[in-house]
Order: sequence, then structure tokens, then C-alpha cells
Amino acid sequence: MGREEFLFLLTGLKWTVALSAVAFVCGCVAGLMVALLRTSGVAIIERLTAGYIAVFQGTPLLMQLFVVYYGLALIGIQMDAWAAVSVGLTLHASAFLGEIWRGSIEAVPRGQTEAAKALSLGYVSRMKDVVLPQAIRISLPATVGFLVQLIKGTSLASIVGFTELTRAGNIISNQIFQPLTVFGIVGALYFLMCCPLTIYGAHLERKFLTASR
Amino acid sequence: MSQVRTSDNSIEPMISLSGVGKWYGAFQALDSINMSVAKGEKIVLCGPSGSGKSTLIRCINHLEAYQKGDIHVGGIRLGHGSKVIDAVRREVGMVFQQFNLFPHLTVLQNCMLAPMRTLGLNKPQAEGRARTLLERVKISEQAEKYPAQLSGGQQQRVAIARALCMRPKAMLFDEPTSALDPEMVKEVLDTMIALAEEGMTMICVTHEMGFARQVADRIVFMASGVIVEEAPPAEFFSNPKHERTRKFLGEVLGRH
Amino acid sequence: MNYTLDFTPVIDGLPNLLWACLGTFTLAISGMLLAIVIGIGGVILRQSRVKLLRWLVIGFVELIRNTPFLVQIFFIYFALPLAGIRLDPTPTAIIALGINGGAYAIEIIRGGVQSISKGQTEAGLALGLHKAQVFRLIILKPALRTIYPSLTSQFILLTLTTSIASAISAYELTSVSQRIESDSFRSFEVYFTVTVFYLVISWVMMRIFAFFSARYFSYPLR
Ligand SMILES: Nc1ncnc2c1ncn2[C@@H]1O[C@H](COP(=O)(O)OP(=O)(O)O)[C@@H](O)[C@H]1O
Ligand SMILES: [Mg+2]
Repeated sequence: MGREEFLFLLTGLKWTVALSAVAFVCGCVAGLMVALLRTSGVAIIERLTAGYIAVFQGTPLLMQLFVVYYGLALIGIQMDAWAAVSVGLTLHASAFLGEIWRGSIEAVPRGQTEAAKALSLGYVSRMKDVVLPQAIRISLPATVGFLVQLIKGTSLASIVGFTELTRAGNIISNQIFQPLTVFGIVGALYFLMCCPLTIYGAHLERKFLTASR
Repeated sequence: MSQVRTSDNSIEPMISLSGVGKWYGAFQALDSINMSVAKGEKIVLCGPSGSGKSTLIRCINHLEAYQKGDIHVGGIRLGHGSKVIDAVRREVGMVFQQFNLFPHLTVLQNCMLAPMRTLGLNKPQAEGRARTLLERVKISEQAEKYPAQLSGGQQQRVAIARALCMRPKAMLFDEPTSALDPEMVKEVLDTMIALAEEGMTMICVTHEMGFARQVADRIVFMASGVIVEEAPPAEFFSNPKHERTRKFLGEVLGRH
Repeated sequence: MNYTLDFTPVIDGLPNLLWACLGTFTLAISGMLLAIVIGIGGVILRQSRVKLLRWLVIGFVELIRNTPFLVQIFFIYFALPLAGIRLDPTPTAIIALGINGGAYAIEIIRGGVQSISKGQTEAGLALGLHKAQVFRLIILKPALRTIYPSLTSQFILLTLTTSIASAISAYELTSVSQRIESDSFRSFEVYFTVTVFYLVISWVMMRIFAFFSARYFSYPLR
């Protein structure tokens, strides 16, 4: 495999990183909404968000991307593959992060909310100043773990036709007929992105375990 | 009570240790342990934490391997072959500080498991035996419950019954009341006293000095992996010979 | 917005889709079984005295966990023939799913075995049971109970991952739906319906897992 081909893979890598970043950042914002709705205390809203989460956790990411991709076109929103896939991955991330953070919010001892209420703090301050800072700390290992899932998940954008790292690999592999070399390198690039995050997540988890003992 | 007559060779001891040495890596946990327990004899083993009491009794049923000396149980030399080890474990029951009942089995099943699997009893035989022994530790109404549904004292009595279901020739107790709430200690000690009165050979690691005074034929005091002193209870309490023993007794009796 | 939904191609393709669900189940179940075998084998090797073996297992687990399944399945798809193994896409997909799920299973099962206190083993040995009996009669059930939630949610994930096997045209729900889609151009209708199918499949899987859990792990914990 020549320099040309490798550079093409790196272009794909760039898009994988961009896609992961956009989906993660937007997913965090939307996920926070999901988590807050899921713990709002209003039964009907909690039920609905639980359903939203269950749908994303109970169906393949690939199908989610297909449905969003063709569904957006259907309601008249014309988007290129890049934008459609970003929307799909964002929704996917919002459900998973929402569920992770719901768990963390519920893991903050009840007494914290009660103490904040006793100090006559309103909902916003109670969440922003008391509960969320603690919940975020608790959720950090799982959140980093999900980021790894998300990066790996962006590879499915290739099936929808967006040229990120995996599709770049497919294209090169079809050109030079060395699939093992190409996918070996593609795999190594993913590994280089994900492994540091995995190690960092494990480190956070250990730190959290020893701190809570 | 049966007194040991070490000079009399015709009475073979039930359990004997001679020159036993045990190392954890470079750390020596037991050093030249000599001890002989006759049939029906009750030994209380005491000493400060970390002195090697658990290690010693765990060597007797080979939960720990030892590197030096000899251990005989019921005339069998406890070597390293698995046949011998199995034979010894069938003859010697053990009760742990943490009960170690099996959480996924009912009280009755806990008691039936080993007799069926190692002694080859069939189900009715094992169940009959288990119910009799549960009766004896006064817990027969709980037979169908799971360990998690019992109090600590009840769990420990089940553990004793479970060990007795193997019809052991000797019983080892490793601090059987240390993990119990104070109000449950008595029910377990009473069970052990009843067992002693029936003539069971027993080695008990315990700091319950009242129990030791009442039941023990001999008290063995250990420190730093060696046996410092051994004597019948009256002598042990009234006239301890070693400074370490006096210090230990001061702490244990002072606390109670 | 002058589009009207038309589910006729989906209804016409329903028998094919239902058969394909069976294909998805087959992939999922076979993949799980292979994953369990790899998981148990990996745990045993992971505790081996040979350092090299332990590191091989660790390396395998991290390699699989830090690369996308899509890349893994492509790699295996192209690697097997080079190793002289000619297989259809479906068995190839099962191997890929088993390898992927196996890496996760190794970590989960290892955690379960470690969670059982040493006292349980010692109590079993002290009663005269053999090592193998202790594992089978005493350790196994509580260990399985401990890891059951994480193992089953991993298996749900594996079930959903089968859809990626469509990339090598294995016989399962997604690839069949893609065929119907490309014949009819009713993309949204097809994929929406199939998404509902998947929801039902993972729900059925969860019910099956819950059924086993209620049957075998109902003893109380403190
Ligand atoms: N598995 C082990 N590995 C290393 N050292 C051990 C182990 N078990 C016990 N020891 C050490 O051996 C000594 C005796 O322990 P133990 O027999 O448990 O004492 P006791 O029961 O009298 O409190 C202690 O110093 C302890 O730290
Ligand atoms: Mg001890």
C-alpha cells in the first residue's frame, strides 16, 4: 500500500474523528435533557423517556441510522449523508448517555436533594449546584466507556454511504486487493483512538472505587 | 474426661503434629509445632491475632499445605496425595468464622450435599441424617429456608450440623463466634458444649475464655507461629508461666 | 411533502422477513454459545501460570474491545480463505460474533468467578468435595447469578450486532430487508418495520433470559 492510499485512509480517519466529536457533544447535550426528563418525577414524562431509551437500546444502531436517514428525507428535510448520520448518532448517544446519567443521578444519595430542599434551593440550583456535579463524577467511567462504543459505532456510517475510516478502507481494499493489510491498518487506527480512552476509563473507575471505600 | 497419657503408646492420638513448619513465601507462619490430641479430647487454641492459629488448624485438614514435619489424623499420615487428603477431610469437620454456608442451597440441602457426593448416601439416608442433626442443633424448623433468611447464630449452628452430617471423628472450629452479634454467641457456644459433652474430639480457636474454662482439657497458647505454653485450664488461668501468656490473658480477660 | 407511505412491499415480503428473523436468532444463539466457550476458555487461560498465555488473552480482549465489529468481520471474512478455510457468509458471521462476544464474556466471567469468596471453596473442600465438584456444585451457580445481568445485556447487544453481518451478506433480517428495499425503493417503510421486528426480538430475548433467571436464581441474598 502506497503513500497515496494511506493518506486517503487518514482523510477517512479525520471524518471518523469529526463524526464522533459531533455526535458525542450533541449527544451529551441531548442526553442531559433525556436524563433530566427521565428523573423529572412526572410519571408520564418518565414513562415516555424510558420508552425512548428502550427503543434505542433494543434496536441495532444500523437500523437507527437507516430510519433516520430515510425518515428525514421523507418529512422533506434534504440532507447529505454526513448530516443525516450525525443526527442518527446524536439521537443514539442521547438515549445511551441519558440512561447512564439517570443511573448516576439516582446514585447520588437522597439526603443530598433533601438537604438542598431544606436550604430552599430551587430545582435548577439543586440540580446544577448539588446533584449534577456529584452525578457527573459517578458517571465518568461509564461515559468514557460509551464514547469508545460511539467511535466504533461511527463505522456503520460507511454502510449508509458516508466515507469515514471504514469506508475509506473498503475503497482502498477494492483498489489494491490487499484486504488484510488495509483492514489491519484500519483496525490499528481505531485501536489507537479507542485504547487510550479505555485505559483512561478503567483508571477513572479504579480511582472512583478507592475513593468511595 | 479423658486425660492424655502421652507416655502410653497403646493409645494412638486422634491428631498429632510433629515438627510442623509452614511458610508463606519467605514468611514462616508455623515453626516446629508439636501437638497431640487424644480421642475425645478438647483443645482450646488461643493467642494474639496473626499468631498462626488458623494456619495451624487449616493444616490439619490440608486447606493449607505445610512444608516441614508430619501430621497424622486418625492414623493416616497427611501427605500430598489427593486420596489421603480426601480421606482426612471426610473424617474431620470444620466450622469457619464466616459460616460459609452455600447461599444457593437450602439449610437441608447444605447438610445433604457432602454426604451424598462424598459418602455415597442416597437421598433419603442423607435427608434423615440431616434432619436428625438439625434437630440436635435445635434448628429443624428452618430446614427449608435459605441461609440468607437466618440470623448469624442460626447460620453457624447449621454450619455445625452440616459438618456433623459427615459423622466426623474430630471437629475443628476457627473462631466460630467472632463474627456473631453478642446476643447470639451463647446459642452457638451451647451447641458446642453439648457436642463436647457427647465426647467429640475438638480443636477450637476461640477467645471465649468462659467456654475454655468449662470445656477444654488443655489450653494451647500460640504466639508468632510457635506454641508458647500449654496447660489444663485451671493451671493456665491461675498460674501462667510465660510473660506473653500473662499479657495476653490480661488483655482477653480484661476485655470481658 | 407529497409522499404517501406504502407498506405493500413490506406486507408482500413478510414471509421472507419472518424467516429472516429465524436467521437472526440462529446467528445470535450460535454466536452466544461460541462466545461462552471462548469466554470460559479465555478465563482459564487468563489464570494460567504461563505469563505469555495470560498476556495473549489480555491482548485479544483489548484488541476486540477497541475496534469496530464491522472491521473485525471484514478482516475475518478475508482472512479465513487465506488460512485455507472456505466458509459461507453465515458461518463466517457466527465466528466473528463468537469472537467478538467471547472477548466481552472473558471479562464478565472472570469478574463472576472472582466475586465468590474463598471461604466457599474452603468449606466445600473441608467437606471432602473434590475441586471439580466444588466448582460445579458450589461456585458455578452463585457466580452465574452474579454475572447474569451483565452477561445477558451483553448477549442482547450481540443479538443486535447480528445486523452488521449484513455487510458480508449473511442470512439475517437486515440483509433480507436490504434486498426488499432495493427492489421496492420503499426504504423508510421497510426499515421502520424491521426496526420494530428487532425491538420484538430483543424483547423476546430479554423474556427468555428473565425466565431462566426466575427459574434458577431465585434463592434469597441476605
Ligand atoms: N495466605 C497467606 N499468605 C501470606 N501470609 C499469610 C496468609 N495467611 C496468613 N498469613 C500470615 O500468617 C500469619 C498467621 O496467620 P493466621 O494463622 O491467620 O493467624 P491467626 O489465625 O492466629 O490470627 C499472619 O502473620 C498472617 O499475616
Ligand atoms: Mg484466624
